[in-house]
Amino acid sequence: MTKSELIDSVASQANITKSRSEQVVNCIFDSMTDALGKGEGIEIRGFGSFTVRQYRPYNGRNPRTGEPVNVDSKRLPFFKVGKDLKEMVNGGPEHTPGEGETGDKD
Amino acid sequence: MTKADIIERVYEMVGGFSKKEAAEIVETVFQIMKQTLAENEKIKISGFGNFVVRRKNERMGRNPQTGQPIVIAQRCVLNFKPSQVLKNCLNPGKP
Repeated sequence: MTKSELIDSVASQANITKSRSEQVVNCIFDSMTDALGKGEGIEIRGFGSFTVRQYRPYNGRNPRTGEPVNVDSKRLPFFKVGKDLKEMVNGGPEHTPGEGETGDKD
Repeated sequence: MTKADIIERVYEMVGGFSKKEAAEIVETVFQIMKQTLAENEKIKISGFGNFVVRRKNERMGRNPQTGQPIVIAQRCVLNFKPSQVLKNCLNPGKP
């Protein structure tokens, strides 16, 4: 699914025009981008959360030529899938261990 | 930022919706995305990134607390790959 397919799908399900749907979808991803740009995390219940992680500079190599390169420090977004969506992707809660299993201690 | 903040932004920036309508539409957007990923279809949002479902094979692991070997079952996981545009937004002023 691409962004334009998402826009079409939202338009038909919410019964709004495609241009309105496009404005909404763009507004959502723009505000998420803004938040992450400010170093702010995002939490969408049932979907997942985005956090900004700071990476230290390191000496890497160009994997093709083997030439050493310096990689600057950088910030990258990190997505952690929410419990709901994780189970949906994995085909329902029956495929993931129950709380009793994970909480067990000797 | 939470979903409520996103709803507020949509309400302010995209005119013509009541707060309730804005909330319903934002909810619809995430519902459609969840449904799509549940069908293991990837989502590509240009300028933001891609959400991709990957299938992991069964493998052996260990309980890190007890050291006991355990089988990690075959499963599907969701990965997010940020777009170059998003990465640049997080690192302004860098080439």
